[in-house]
Amino acid sequence: MSASAGAAGARRRRRDAAGTLRRWGGRLLVLALLAYVLVPVLVACVAAFDTRAVTAFPPRDLTLRWFAQALAYEDFRAGAANGAIVSLAASTLALAIGAAAAYAIDRYRFPGRRFLEALLAAPLIVPHFVLGLGALILVASAGLPRGFALVIAVHVVLVLPFVIRSVHISLRNADRRLEDAAMALGARPWRVLWTVTLPSLAPGLAGGWLFAAVLSFNEFTASLFVTSQRTQTLPVAMYNYVREYADPSMAALSALYILATAALLILADRLIGLGRVLGTEHAEGGHAGG
Amino acid sequence: MRNDRPFLRWFVTPAALAAAGTVAMLAAILQYALRAHVPGSLEPGGFTLANFATLLRPLYAGVFLDTVLICLMTAAFSLLAAYPLAYALVRARRRWVRSLVLIASVTPLFLGEVVRTYAWLVVLGGNGFVNGTLRALGLIERPLPLMFTRTGVLLALVHVTLPVVVIMLAAGLAHVDRTLERAAQALGAGPVRTFLTVTLPLSLPGVVAGLTTAFAWTFSAFATPQIIGGGKVNLVSNLVYSLGLASFNFPFAAALSAAGLALTALALALLGGALRPLARLGRAAP
Repeated sequence: MSASAGAAGARRRRRDAAGTLRRWGGRLLVLALLAYVLVPVLVACVAAFDTRAVTAFPPRDLTLRWFAQALAYEDFRAGAANGAIVSLAASTLALAIGAAAAYAIDRYRFPGRRFLEALLAAPLIVPHFVLGLGALILVASAGLPRGFALVIAVHVVLVLPFVIRSVHISLRNADRRLEDAAMALGARPWRVLWTVTLPSLAPGLAGGWLFAAVLSFNEFTASLFVTSQRTQTLPVAMYNYVREYADPSMAALSALYILATAALLILADRLIGLGRVLGTEHAEGGHAGG
Repeated sequence: MRNDRPFLRWFVTPAALAAAGTVAMLAAILQYALRAHVPGSLEPGGFTLANFATLLRPLYAGVFLDTVLICLMTAAFSLLAAYPLAYALVRARRRWVRSLVLIASVTPLFLGEVVRTYAWLVVLGGNGFVNGTLRALGLIERPLPLMFTRTGVLLALVHVTLPVVVIMLAAGLAHVDRTLERAAQALGAGPVRTFLTVTLPLSLPGVVAGLTTAFAWTFSAFATPQIIGGGKVNLVSNLVYSLGLASFNFPFAAALSAAGLALTALALALLGGALRPLARLGRAAP
């Protein structure tokens, strides 16, 4: 009897050892993958402080002069300003259009609903260079200028799927019974929409808007086709810089960019719960059907 | 009678206009693809099929084949790298670990292609992070050729698609019913067997979504192959750019785009078809 208890104990110990090994193996794997994701980003940040005029590793002496140079560079300044205009306008427009569309697609049945849904999601699959070239050909053959309106319109189309997805997740998690209750108590449709539905969609709306703004600010391939010297956005300016110069100004700008983005995301995670907006986490108490 | 769709027209019209914009862009591509190129002019000539005939030349056909191959490899590697991250993101017991993995794997998504590609330039360059470190350690004398190679381009492309695959997989994993895993374990299945027979099959819809998105994104990538590939590794996007914006041959660039789009659609349909039994397997389980 004591022999069999000893054997069971040995078996349990062996299983515990295997479990520990697996857990640590898993942790190491995740750490290695996180390193793959983060190391290039960190390396670019470190390179920004090197004194040498050609980006090299490891840095010898440290300086802040590339940050000053990046911030003073005319194309970067203009690109940031243009990018701010474009991304603010495009994300706000996309939020209005996308939220309305998500609501209609989620709540109503109407002819062409599936078709509309597919067309709105198409920019996820259609390569950006195809849409960029198409937009360029459109304005060129119509004799229209390559102004801000063109860039904003293209960006709206490109970020719409993300807004729709974000609002859609919120709509599915929203409690419909509250709307029914408001309706039963005699509230008019607009009032229900404004005082019940919209507030319950707030995380999705905020998340979708933020997503759209950040994606638009960073959009590169289509922008390369549809921007002119006057409307050039920051990624296009950065790309042109990398093609011509090898100094660490670009590393300095990347470092600032990374800092700002990380701060924004951490803030967003605190305020609206990034996981919920991305659908990687269930909202508690909602009706998250599969 | 009460109107049960009070906002229909107001809500659908703007979206329909945006969708019409997409259609117009694609129609412009198709229309130009069928026109002749007049050298030195932005105006296209008469209707012709010559552009599509030129596509079949080995030079262009080779780029298409290469592009599909690189897209498939990127999708496969992204999936392998993303699964453990997504698993940790959904299943880690401590909230700060989940937040850390989420922020770390999502931040690069919001840096854009240019900043990330530049970061890889600093990592892979002759005086970059990898070569500089290896040389400082005395492991190599001459820098390894990492730039302008397919390996370098793949490393950077996987890095670009990884975050979005992590998000899609995590969304799939978040929907997996944990009670099924507990049931499997209560019936005596070990952790590995539970994962392989319960968790993995149930997460397959996320796998399919991740694979197809990675494929489409890679097809769309431009800055990464342009900068890291440096003309040695060309994708369809690089050809379209050099023909459209450098040589102003809009009709041929449009034909390349149209063929690229058709190829993406075909590849996604094939991929979707091949993966559908898998996805159904995942969904069939209650």
